Amino acid sequence: MAQPKSAKAPQEPWRDPAAKPFVHIDNVTKVFDTTYAVDGVTLDIYQGEFFCLLGGSGCGKSTLLRMLAGLEQPTSGRILIDGTDMTRVPPYARPVNMMFQSYALFPHMTVEQNVAFGLKQQKHGKGEIRERVDGLLELVRMMPFARRKPEQLSGGQRQRVALIRSLARQPKLLLLDEPLAALDKKLREHTQFELVNIQERVGTTFIMVTHDQEEAMTVSTRIAVMEAGRIEQVGTPASVYEYPASRHVAEFIGAVNSIEGRVVAQEGERLQIRSESLGCDLVMVHKQPLPEGTPVTVAVRPEKLVASEQAPAIVYNTVKGVITDFAYLGDVSIYLVRLPTGQQMRVQLTNLARLTENPLTWDQEVYLSWLPDSGVVFPS
Amino acid sequence: MKRRRPFLLFTLLAFGYAFLYVPIISLIVYSFNVSRLVTVWGGFSTRWYGELLHNDQILSAAWLSLRIATMNATLSVILGTLAAITLVRFGKFRGRTLFSTMVSAPLVMPDVILGLASLLLFVTMEHLIGWPAGRGITTITLAHITFSAAFVTVVVQSRLSQFDISLEEAAMDLGARPWKVFLLITLPIIAPSLLAGWLLAFTLSLDDLVIASFVAGPGATTLPMVVYSSVRLGVSPQINALATLIVATVTLCILLAGWLMHRQETLRRRAPVIDIS
Amino acid sequence: MTTRATINGSARNAGEWLGDLLTGHHGRRLVIALPYLWLLVFFMLPFVIVLKISLAEVLLGRPPYSPLWQYLEDSTVQIQLHLDNYRRLWEDPLYFIAYLKSLKIAGISTLVCLLLGYPMAYAIARTRDSLRNLLLMLVILPFWTSFLIRVYAWIGILKSNGLLNNLLLALGVIDHPLALLHTDFAVYLGIVYSYLPFMVLPLYATLSRMDLTLLEAAADLGCRPWKAFLRVTLPLSLPGIIAGCMLVFIPAVGEFVIPDLLGGPDSLMIGKVLWTEFFSNRDWPAASAVAVVMLVLLVVPLALFQRAQEKSEGKPPL
Repeated sequence: MAQPKSAKAPQEPWRDPAAKPFVHIDNVTKVFDTTYAVDGVTLDIYQGEFFCLLGGSGCGKSTLLRMLAGLEQPTSGRILIDGTDMTRVPPYARPVNMMFQSYALFPHMTVEQNVAFGLKQQKHGKGEIRERVDGLLELVRMMPFARRKPEQLSGGQRQRVALIRSLARQPKLLLLDEPLAALDKKLREHTQFELVNIQERVGTTFIMVTHDQEEAMTVSTRIAVMEAGRIEQVGTPASVYEYPASRHVAEFIGAVNSIEGRVVAQEGERLQIRSESLGCDLVMVHKQPLPEGTPVTVAVRPEKLVASEQAPAIVYNTVKGVITDFAYLGDVSIYLVRLPTGQQMRVQLTNLARLTENPLTWDQEVYLSWLPDSGVVFPS
Repeated sequence: MKRRRPFLLFTLLAFGYAFLYVPIISLIVYSFNVSRLVTVWGGFSTRWYGELLHNDQILSAAWLSLRIATMNATLSVILGTLAAITLVRFGKFRGRTLFSTMVSAPLVMPDVILGLASLLLFVTMEHLIGWPAGRGITTITLAHITFSAAFVTVVVQSRLSQFDISLEEAAMDLGARPWKVFLLITLPIIAPSLLAGWLLAFTLSLDDLVIASFVAGPGATTLPMVVYSSVRLGVSPQINALATLIVATVTLCILLAGWLMHRQETLRRRAPVIDIS
Repeated sequence: MTTRATINGSARNAGEWLGDLLTGHHGRRLVIALPYLWLLVFFMLPFVIVLKISLAEVLLGRPPYSPLWQYLEDSTVQIQLHLDNYRRLWEDPLYFIAYLKSLKIAGISTLVCLLLGYPMAYAIARTRDSLRNLLLMLVILPFWTSFLIRVYAWIGILKSNGLLNNLLLALGVIDHPLALLHTDFAVYLGIVYSYLPFMVLPLYATLSRMDLTLLEAAADLGCRPWKAFLRVTLPLSLPGIIAGCMLVFIPAVGEFVIPDLLGGPDSLMIGKVLWTEFFSNRDWPAASAVAVVMLVLLVVPLALFQRAQEKSEGKPPL
């Protein structure tokens, strides 16, 4: 999709053990009163990345971002940016800028005064400030609105002003706190791509906080999924989606069918699982050895399931059920299938042909099947 | 909603406004009365305005009151703003309850108590440390600040509590040191409430008879004290003229403020929000 | 946090240093300390002194009261407490009647203010935006003009040959002028008139903040408008009612100007008694004792008001 070209750089620095991280978060903990907002987080982020902190509300992602900005002080741990310890450096002395969720545009200043604010604090010459502000306004096509006050702008315009204001000082690192949350869906999708474009052009390292997994997948080079102050998984969008590290990650990113079962046998990478809730045995690919009897959860994405009216050729990973509900979404259709055991399965089918009537409908019996390598097994 | 209810409601509203304004209007009308008898209409005249402008006692009292009111308002705004910042921004600290009690009590404390208490304080202070020496403009101003600062605090507090903290964070993030953040961001944004607080403190001081009577020395006579002694002797058309001037000034100020706000509104409307992207 | 910061190791100029000092950790203390100390010295301390002097004896001289303690030659301190002032307050029915009358007049005036002010605030809060600001401004405007002069205006209206009597005579309602001025009625009128804005403003503040969909929800659930008002609007506006009532009641108890200018000899309110003790009798200790007892009477209303202010933290009712 919109993966920035620079990030697709062949080396992929996080795979290279010799690469020097640009931002090094070292065992950082933040305690508010008695609650651990951020709990022992260690994270490396590399130059030029578009990194996403993804998680539900209250997972500590915003607190972590505010500690990077210097707006909160870690209770313990260190934060290094470009090799310098920034842990106790106040926000105004950091080579870091932040774009706020509320945009925090100064209501008493015009657009250009807002953008110039950061530069004026650095004592640049008048002409230089003028030139840079104009360049930035040009970048987001806001030149005609330079003399407007923030209240005279639309939501999308404010968002762009907030972005260039935080870019004006040419920070080494740009922090974005839910930058698109206040926009409506259509504008948000458009802006996601624009954000990636701008990041490529300015080449700054971006760290963005979001609760929207689709947004995170669209823009980022890597994603860190956070839960209860801890990082559950760090990886590229594809690896986090296809190889979730835990059931929580699997369920947080995209929809998933979770099937409970017990290991009955393992031959090499092939794991045989007996599931009461499914009423049959499953065969899944799993690299780590698991002893017999281990309770496990199998996670299979809805689009990995195949639905057919006739029994498929394969004998394992096949169940029969009745369609209880379906939704036609245009590009895809979602079916809810109830198995005789009561387990509900979610199936997503791509609508390849143009149709006026769905081939599958309520109360119809269907077979569901999937391949051994199309799901993930978690010991529960 | 039912149709009949608003009718009763608006009758009451109209009655309320009539109640508030009939006395003021009668004051204004009779200030142009030629007759000394304030309530008998003898014809139109502006002679009382002329006499008022040549009444040295009233003029010098007014000048004293204006000076006190200005000093009081300025110092009250500083003190009240600090108190408001303390209440809104500093969360819990030792002695907060006592502090917020001391801020809100002057709003309602009867004038006679405030006046007596302030006077006894000044007398005791003079006795112990020799300051303030005697009573007059200084003691009146000090006593006024204590209660007008409480009003300023309420006004500024309500604005400050709506203040979006992320504006200050953004400024600091963009490289402004905390004191510059206050000067460039916080102060300009809360400025209207400071102005409102200043005007309120100014009016409260200009209006006060009781506290000033307690703490004023023989040399200092404020405008309300002159008005009071002349009113005690009976009605006087000069006081009507003075009242008219005060009402006119206040109305003018409010109309000006209203016009300025209206103009800003139309300027904003004239630049419609168009997203050309 | 800020004072600890060192930037580039370069020397900071004096202005920045001062600025950081003011906004840093010490600055915070300074910001608290200044108004705190001011209020302690100029608001709290005076009450202690009032209490002290209320226990003294009146003397001819400067200051006109006896010292509370004296240093004797053998380095002991002699403390003399005179409770005579309080005994007099208790024994002389004049004071008792004045206190009672003040509470009664303030109480009834507060009730009238509420009955008149609530519908006004309600109506203002429910009118359309453009009109609302004008109506609100009209409530505030009298507040900005001189209080003394507005009370004075009533003299002209209530006099025996004043506006009201002339009007009633002309209409033939009465055949000889009524005695309106220098009566309790005039005092009630004056207090309600002067304090009405103090009632309307906090009521308006709570009513305008109220979520109108609550009433729609009540109506949707089958509640009749009048019942919806009693069950939803009234309880929700209670903080405004308390604040407004205290803003009227407390200062009205100690009111001096209104009973002095509009009241008769029998409408003796305690504020006027205090004034007379102080200015006419030059009896500072007695005036102090009157003030102390008045404060004790007002402790409960003051606490109520303080609680209303604390609760509405950030959005004060005024």
